[in-house]
Amino acid sequence: MKPEKKKPLGILFWVCVGWIILNVLLAVFASFLPLIDPLYQNYNAVNSGPSLHHLLGTDDLGRDILSRIIFGSRVSIFVSFGAMAIAFLVGVPTSMLASLRRGRFDKILTTVMYSFLAFPAIIATISVLSFWEPRSLSKVTIIVGIFSIPLVYRVIRTASLAVAGREYVTAAKVQGATDRRILIREILPNITPILVSFLLIGIAAVVALEGALAFLGLSINPPTPSWGNMINEARTVLDVNPWLVIFPSIALVLFILSLNFIGDRLRNHFDVAEVKI
Amino acid sequence: MGRYLLQRLVTLIAILFVVSIGSFYLIHLLPGDPAFLILGFNYNPVTKAVLDAQLGLNQPIYLQYFTWINHVFHGNLGTSFISHQPVLQTILRAIPIDLEMIVISQIIAFGAAIPLAMRSARRPDSTLDRLLSAGSFILLSVPGFIVIVLLVLIVSVKLGVPNTGPSTYVPFMENPFQNLSSLLLPSITLAVGSFVLYFRVLRSDLTGVLQEEFITMARSKGISQRRIMWRHAFRPASVSLLGSAGVNIGGLLASGFIVEFLLAIPGIGFILVGAINTSDYLLVQGVVLFVSGSVVLINFLFDFIIFFVDPRISRD
Repeated sequence: MKPEKKKPLGILFWVCVGWIILNVLLAVFASFLPLIDPLYQNYNAVNSGPSLHHLLGTDDLGRDILSRIIFGSRVSIFVSFGAMAIAFLVGVPTSMLASLRRGRFDKILTTVMYSFLAFPAIIATISVLSFWEPRSLSKVTIIVGIFSIPLVYRVIRTASLAVAGREYVTAAKVQGATDRRILIREILPNITPILVSFLLIGIAAVVALEGALAFLGLSINPPTPSWGNMINEARTVLDVNPWLVIFPSIALVLFILSLNFIGDRLRNHFDVAEVKI
Repeated sequence: MGRYLLQRLVTLIAILFVVSIGSFYLIHLLPGDPAFLILGFNYNPVTKAVLDAQLGLNQPIYLQYFTWINHVFHGNLGTSFISHQPVLQTILRAIPIDLEMIVISQIIAFGAAIPLAMRSARRPDSTLDRLLSAGSFILLSVPGFIVIVLLVLIVSVKLGVPNTGPSTYVPFMENPFQNLSSLLLPSITLAVGSFVLYFRVLRSDLTGVLQEEFITMARSKGISQRRIMWRHAFRPASVSLLGSAGVNIGGLLASGFIVEFLLAIPGIGFILVGAINTSDYLLVQGVVLFVSGSVVLINFLFDFIIFFVDPRISRD
């Protein structure tokens, strides 16, 4: 098969990368920016639409929406990055080792992981969160992270199984390389494209999940803003101030869309067919 | 063939076992005396004795599990100490609403996805195909709870269509027309997510199948496009569609929570969120068991269907 030319990443790819970096920077440095306090209630400007003073308008308590969206992004970013860090730190080494060792170790681990996959993520997190009070951001992160492990395990195991059967892995084994060396030097570099694109898609999925949890009132408690609970609070004043729903929704969707797009482009770029959304 | 199905059945039982342990163990995640937490304000020595007898809380934990699973097999998920109703009955009263929403949403999703995917796959990279692919990629990034809020905003608030907003649910038997209109927006919301998934999966598989030699053969015999599409290409291309439909429909039970919560539709999700807010732990446990069990069974059912569509599966 002749080697095909790699698909170019395109300008849109870099726009999306820029958008994500901008979002992360804003979230990190939110406290240092000249923003109105997201909790400050200005009763002279309740439910005002976009204006020069409040670029995206104010909510039903007179709080600045732009500032709340920026501070709210902290919740989504913290939970999604944290949860995926947990899921990948556990899921990646175990799945790679399982694919290399095979045998009973692989069989038992895979059966257990697939059983946990049967729990829909949202039900699992909702039920554990409801039993484990009081709710906090780190608990949401830990639970979502733990319940994402099986998914990471499945994707990475499939990918590294394909690599583990290659000649160069056999060659390394014959030369007496340790498992650790094979995993790090032979398998890891070859599954990195899948790893990265799945990581991005995973982060996007957790942002959506946290949004849904916040929407149900099961994530961080108000008045701390998050994209999900802003949309939840806004639904009671839909008829008066639709901006309240529209702006956080746009922020959330653009963030998820950018991550999905970057993940998708990277996958095409490296021509990886194993992972599908 | 028998071997394959038997193997699947064993896996199914193993998974159901894990699911039951997970649901059972939930209550023991709580620190302190479970009886106190389950009973809440109703805690007194009499109710505690009743509960201890019902759940066997004085026994070691593995015996408690057997007591509990034995009750489950007899259709007894316990009686809520908050609403004083049997948990199973509460669930069975709610579930038809979810089923109705899921059925409507799947009719819409398949009805739109199959013809559109066929048109897209027939001419890959045509304007229509590009538009649909880009559109479905964007929709993929819009979570259900945003879809439903925006639909409510546009349809019931701005356009003022009656019986579509929050708290307008009426049972089917009372007024079928009003019932359907109150479930319209939630069903569309569930349909959007399903449509995007089905369209993308079917389009990519159909495009692949249409390049196969047996399709060229069929074309050269002069068989009509329509017949080639439905009789020759659709069946081999539908295997992964069925696979993703199985996973998706199971997930719909879970994602239905959000639309029910927003519109106050008394389905299973509404009950769960209510149970969480009133600390009705037995009801939460019952719903978790019921929904995850159903998800597993639905997945199994689809594996079974796929087996009949493509018997080669069993050779792997």
